[in-house]
Parts: sequence; C-alpha cells; structure tokens
Amino acid sequence: MSSDTKKVLTGPIVDNNPIALQVLGICSALAVTSSMANALVMTLAVVFVTAFSNLFISIIRNQIPSSVRIIVQMAIIASLVIVVDQVLKAFSYQLSKELAVFVGLIITNCIVMGRAEAFAMKEKPGVSFLDGIGNGLGYGAILMAVAFIRELFGFGTLFNVEILPLVQNGGWYQGNGLLVLPFSSFFVIGLIIWAIRQWKPEQVEKD
Amino acid sequence: MSSNKETFGKTVGFVLAVCIVCALLVSFSAVQLKPLQQANKLLDQQTKILEASGLLEKAGNEIVKTYNQFVEARMIDLDSGDFVEGDVINFDERRNSRDVALSIKPKQDLAGINRRSNTAVVYFVKNEAGTIETIVLPIIGAGLWDLMSGYIGLEADLNTVKSVIYSDHKETPGLGAEVLNPRWKALWPGKKIYNDAGEVKARLVKGGAKADDLHGVDALSGATLTSNGVTNTLQFWFGEEGYASFIAKYRAEGVK
Amino acid sequence: MEHYIAILVKAIFIENIALMFFLGMCTFLAVSKKVDTAIGLGVAVIVVLGLAVPMNQIIYQAILAPGALDAVLGITDPNESIDLSFLSFITFIGVIAALVQILEMVLDKYFPALYQALGIFLPLITVNCAIFGAVSFMVAKNLTLGESVVYGIGSGIGWALALVLLAGLREKMKYSDVPEGLKGLGITFITAGLMAFGFLSFGGISL
Repeated sequence: MSSDTKKVLTGPIVDNNPIALQVLGICSALAVTSSMANALVMTLAVVFVTAFSNLFISIIRNQIPSSVRIIVQMAIIASLVIVVDQVLKAFSYQLSKELAVFVGLIITNCIVMGRAEAFAMKEKPGVSFLDGIGNGLGYGAILMAVAFIRELFGFGTLFNVEILPLVQNGGWYQGNGLLVLPFSSFFVIGLIIWAIRQWKPEQVEKD
Repeated sequence: MSSNKETFGKTVGFVLAVCIVCALLVSFSAVQLKPLQQANKLLDQQTKILEASGLLEKAGNEIVKTYNQFVEARMIDLDSGDFVEGDVINFDERRNSRDVALSIKPKQDLAGINRRSNTAVVYFVKNEAGTIETIVLPIIGAGLWDLMSGYIGLEADLNTVKSVIYSDHKETPGLGAEVLNPRWKALWPGKKIYNDAGEVKARLVKGGAKADDLHGVDALSGATLTSNGVTNTLQFWFGEEGYASFIAKYRAEGVK
Repeated sequence: MEHYIAILVKAIFIENIALMFFLGMCTFLAVSKKVDTAIGLGVAVIVVLGLAVPMNQIIYQAILAPGALDAVLGITDPNESIDLSFLSFITFIGVIAALVQILEMVLDKYFPALYQALGIFLPLITVNCAIFGAVSFMVAKNLTLGESVVYGIGSGIGWALALVLLAGLREKMKYSDVPEGLKGLGITFITAGLMAFGFLSFGGISL
C-alpha cells in the first residue's frame, strides 16, 4: 500500500478525526454508546454507508448535474441506510430495537454527507472508498472508546460479559451511576478530546 | 466540468436513472428480508411469553416449536370478559388504543395509558397432559420516562404470580431498568394479586417488603417512580377496567 | 386539551431532543457561540419542526403505514396488505428537504425581513438530525395529526431553548480560565453534559 493510500485510510482515525476535530456526526455517537455491542454495530453500519456512498458517488461524479447534486447524494445515502436498517431488523431484532431511530439518523449523519461532498465528488472511486472506510473507522474509534468506558465502569461488563461483578448481582463492584446515563457521553467525549489535544497540541483551538 | 451536462433533458434523465436504481435496491432488500423480519419479531414475543410461563429453559433453542406445542393465544373482550374471534398474531394493543372505535378512555387511568383497547390477547400455557398450568396476561403502563409493556404469568387460579417479565421499557439504566434484573424478577413467584376480599393488593414496597408479605415485593432501589408505575399498572390491569371481568368469568366457566 | 399540554411540556423539558436524545448536535455545538445567532437558528428550527412533523405524519399515515393503502386499492385480505413503511426514511428526508426549500422561497418573496434574519440558517436545517429525529419519533410514538403539531412545535422549542442557554453560557465562558487542550470543543461538550444533567431533574414530572 502506498503511503498516500494509507494516509487516506488511517488519517481520519487520529489526526483528522471526524468527531473530535471536525465536530461531525456526534448525534448518534452520544446516544448509542451505552454498550460495546451497540457501538460496534453502529460503527459497522456507518463504515458500510460511508464507504459505499463514497464509492457510488465517486463513480458517477462526472455525470452528476451540479444543480441536483445534493439530492442525488441524499437519495443514494438514504437507500443505503434503508438497506442497513432492513438487514439489521432481519438478522438482529434485539439490536435493531435498541438502536431504534438512530440507524435512520445515519442519513443525517454529517460525516456521510460531508465526505461525499468534500471527497468523493473530486476523487477516484478506489480512493474514495478507502476514505469512506477511514472516516467510518475514525467515528467508530471514538464510539468504541466511549462505549468501553461507559460499559465497563457503568455496568461492569464488556460485550455483555461480566468483568467487574456488580453489587446488585452479589459481586463487589458498585457500578458508576453517572456513566449508565446517556448524557455521560458528553463528559467522556469532552475528556477524550482533551486527551487527544494534549497528545497532539497542534489541534488546540485558538480563541 | 463540461457545460453540456447541464441540459434540462439530461438532468431529468439522470435523476430518473438514479431513482430507478435506488428503488430497485431498496425494494429488493425490503421484499427479500420481510419474512425474516416478521419471524424475528414473532420469535421475540414468543420468547417473552415462554419466559413468563417458565418454559424458556426447557425450550432451549426450539422456541417456536415449544411455543406452538404448549401455548394457545385467545382474544378476549375486556369489558364482558368473553372470548371473541380475532387475529391474535397481528394484534397490537397500542395501535387499537389509537382507534376510538376499538378502545375506551378508562374512568380511572391508573396506568397512564390514556386509552385502552377493548380487546386483549391472553395466552394459555398447557403442560404435556394438556391441562392449563399458566396463564400469561400482557400488561402496559407508564413508568418514569415512557410506557413499559410486558407480561405477567399467573398460575391456573389466576391469583398466584409466576413471573413478571417486562419486554419493552425506556427506564433509566441501573435504576428503573432493574425491572429486568433476574434477582428482582425472582422475588415475584408465589405472590398473590388479590386478597381474600378480592381487592388488588399486589404492589411494590419501598424499603423492602416483609418476609411474610403475601402481596408485596421490594421496590426498585432509587427508582420510586418506576416502582409506583409497576404498582399502578398492576392495580389497573387487575381492576375493573382491566382483566377483572375476564378473571371472574374464567373462574366460573373455564376456557370455552 | 390537558393531553396536548402534557405532550408539549414533555417535548420541551422532559424529552428534550437536544439534551436527552442528542439530536442536532452538530449545529448545536457549531452555532452556539453567540446568543443572537442562536435565537435566529432556534426560531428557524421551531418553524421547520412545526411544519415538517405534521406534514410527514399525514404522508406516513395516508401512504406508508402498514395497511394504509388497503382501503384505496380495495384489498381486504390481511395477507396481501401493503406495507410501505420501509420507504419512510427516504420519504421523510425528501419531504424535509423540499419543505425547507419552499420555506426559503416563500420567505424570500413575502417576508424579506424575516428572510434576512433566518435565511442563512435554513440550508443548515435540512441535514439537522433534530428534524429527522423528531419525525422518526413521531412514527415511533404513533402520534395523531393534532398531537404531531404540538409535538413538532414542542420539540422545536425544547431544542431552541437548549441552544440559547448553551450560547449564553459560552458567551460568559470567554472570561474563564479553561485548560489549553479543553478550549473550544472540549469544554462545550462538558458544559452541554452539565446542562443535560440539570434537565434530567425534569424527569418523572407527570401532568
């Protein structure tokens, strides 16, 4: 793999993370992070949608009339999301119940639209596809990190496997009541951003 | 970016082409996956009903087979308590309660459901010999955030509780969501819904129920409003506007 | 009447779509630097939600809902009943985009003053997941037309309220000594988390 291609794929994970740096797509990032399983499924869904919408849009990029550009992108993205939603409902009813409206919200996830407009409209299909995967993974990295903290310290489990036995179930660990609440992800993401910026000071915002 | 691609005809043609491709993709996936989705939904419901009747462990991986073998679903009219004909598989309490013709506004809306469907589906669970061992009744009522729905399994006397299983809720994780905790669910078996005078006495007791309390179960700690919701839901569904007429009729006449 | 007030209060405070469901976060964080702009965007969101939710309700109940077309097409056998609900995502996003576009044109032509104030925010709103989210919740909650009007306006007010409050806090925050790496995005996340914490205390209010 040439270094350019590699950069397209790995850049969005830390250096140019869509959530931490570009403030994109955080709606669903906050709401589905109560468990690792939910976060993983959401990540896969977003990677799939971003990668394929980038691919398809890039293939037809020279044919799209610019006056209907946005709506064409929207139609492609929405179709892909419907497919994801249908597949999820068919193969994992339980998960689709928990993720509920948030799967649909991938349509309005700014990462997908943002990459289609900023990258896929200009670049070749192959590299656009990788860019989609990279950005999806960058989103997933934050999602999984937040879910890891919340599930482990809030519920004492990872992927529903008990790690720290809870007092309620006869163990010794008193679950952190704040972390089980959905909005604790605000704090966790805030702190993750802080950590990333300590590590890479060039990302600090100027007043 | 050449200018000739902006003609009107070409734009319309392009949009149409995209629409057709997208439509094919979406319809294909929807039609292909539909049977699987329906089966999944049914399976989820059947799993909960088996859990409420205590057959889940025995069923193992054969949920559908066990369900079909032992469970019989019947539709009842809540006001008269009579059995009625109806589509028990596609029945949806909340959809009926939207329809003025199919539902009533309860005089005392303890459960906070606004409207109640006129009919309900109840599940008779038999043993190998064919005698009814458990009767599973669906319940729904307001918790802290939203309506919680689930099933309550009763022994054949329609008074002794076997299980209380919630299937859908949006309660706070770690507090109200503990309605799903196996330790809390294990407190229910053996409790009585009614006292000797026929009043609904089953309730959650804040601070813990006494060991000899026939009707009380420990409230969920830190979740007073969810606990009140559970108590009110039971009060409503086993009262006059809930299953009371069905229970009276069933005790007198049995299954017809 | 009581019922409608209950829905309104619930949508504004208890189920605040910004702080309890984290919808519209991208714009929520990006446009909350100044109170003036926050008010402008807030009003625009209230208007669009107040129109989009009932409009999608009509379309959903008349065409997409399972069995909705049966009466029109004369289908009586429940096994042949038509269920178009899988098309809801793509329909909603199309309706929202069209609605915003039309609103923009109407404002431009008849209310130029209002267009001056709100115009720049309208394009932002199409991809604001608060709109799409509220429409999805309308379907999940199975609201009637009357309820959906109240719910749309209520959730719009709730979102606008949260946005203006956050903008007020951020204006004051200019004078506080925030650690380097936490400046900007990081501290905004944490502030929003604390606000959500406050809103949590509305939970359980029943009317």
